[in-house]
Amino acid sequence: MEKKKVVLLVDDDPDYLFQIKMYVEKMGFEVHSCTGQKEAEEYLAGSRPDLCLFDLMMENDDSGFILCYKAKRLYPDLPVIIATAVASETGMSFESFVEGGSQSWIKADKYLEKGLRADQLHREIEKLLKL
Amino acid sequence: MPPDDNEIIRVLVVDDEPGIRSGIIRVLDKFQIDFPYLERQVHFEVSEVDTGEAALEILHTTPPDIILLDNVLPGIQGTDLLKIISDRKLDIVVVMITSHASLDMAVNATRLGAFDFISKPFTPAELRSSMETIAKHLFLLRITRSMTREGRQIRYQFLSMLSHELKAPINAIEGYLMMIRNKEFGASVDEYQEIVDRSIQRVKGMRHLIMDLLDLTRIGSDTRPRTLENVNLSQIVALSIDTLRPYAIQKDIAIKLHAPDAIEMLADAKEIEIIFNNLISNAIKYNRDGGQVTINLSDNAGRITISVADTGIGISEEDQQKLFKEFVRLKNPKARDVNGSGLGLSIVKKIVELNGGVIQVRSEPDVGSEFLVELNKSQAQGAQ
Repeated sequence: MEKKKVVLLVDDDPDYLFQIKMYVEKMGFEVHSCTGQKEAEEYLAGSRPDLCLFDLMMENDDSGFILCYKAKRLYPDLPVIIATAVASETGMSFESFVEGGSQSWIKADKYLEKGLRADQLHREIEKLLKL
Repeated sequence: MPPDDNEIIRVLVVDDEPGIRSGIIRVLDKFQIDFPYLERQVHFEVSEVDTGEAALEILHTTPPDIILLDNVLPGIQGTDLLKIISDRKLDIVVVMITSHASLDMAVNATRLGAFDFISKPFTPAELRSSMETIAKHLFLLRITRSMTREGRQIRYQFLSMLSHELKAPINAIEGYLMMIRNKEFGASVDEYQEIVDRSIQRVKGMRHLIMDLLDLTRIGSDTRPRTLENVNLSQIVALSIDTLRPYAIQKDIAIKLHAPDAIEMLADAKEIEIIFNNLISNAIKYNRDGGQVTINLSDNAGRITISVADTGIGISEEDQQKLFKEFVRLKNPKARDVNGSGLGLSIVKKIVELNGGVIQVRSEPDVGSEFLVELNKSQAQGAQ
């Protein structure tokens, strides 16, 4: 049997982490989960997952971006999804983050709003892994 | 506006007499104004035109900060130009240069928003003194504006943090409900016990956040007028301990209070209660099981000191800097299961400052933290 692909999940919300982990495992992936940027950095230093799914606001409100930058520097081809509960209601969007802010050098492969259905997330992951 | 921009004030001279124009340029070219208290120097960058029509064109392309405007011009008159500037609500300070100043003209120009008058002929000193006044006016205007912008920025950050904090539990609860609806763990209700409990925890956390948010918005606003009266801090702290004791018992934490029978000060009882509730509940939440919370109250010649110390996880030096900011819930893995709104300490700080006091923290990781509040006994600031 082919070895399962590994997804690195990073989120500081233990409930969100628990839920996504369950769904991603159901999709047939192996999941490694971390609850923060630092923990994830330690993991990434030792192993290359097949895909990353990062929360945006963790230790700081841009932890996901920093983590993405660091992950890409280690593994340029590693697909990264950044997800967040940042509200479009406040006028805050990834676009304003990515274009306007100091984070313009960060290129995640996909930005997703949290509260996404499992099947939508599944599609995005498969697209990035070219499955 | 980039900060460098603050230092140059652009002046447009509109006068049909070449001598006046070159005279003004000569005077202002080397003229510098120092604002020592702002650590700023102001220079003038002067350009000139001889008609109102030419001035209009410049208004479209590169509007200046100040216009020195002759009233009597060959084409459209100075006051006509002034009217256009005021109609378009252009952000330009206009100084009228007048030779035959009539009262009518002055009244008319003032009504149209002229800031000052210089009458011909004028000395370089007169011109400089007038420009200095205007530069100060412009400067204060710019600073006020940038402060308003920063204020907006802070509100915006607060709102986006708030929406994040509110959405996170909703997402979590919604996620669990979906799991139940899809029977992810089979048909038996028992299998869902844990996620139902987690959902209830998140609802509690959210309720807590909403209550704190209400407290935060009420402090210092008109919605809840403060009632300043002589309150007994020893009594309020005892009440607060009683309220929180069930949580302490759950974690087997002993609460020790050292306070005289009465420490009185002029304050709003509700505010003092919020201070104690927050500090003591933090000391319980972030404590180790079987730990201790020690509360000291003392009155040293009108300066009241409240100390709340715990034997908990402590706070790193780096985190102590962020502690009193809104929505900062420090990410210590040992406090992962603690449900906090991230607003408690910023509320406490606001109240303490409203009462003319200070709050400090002393902490050592894995040993414990001590929060020290000092309040003025006699007079709460902002008393109405």
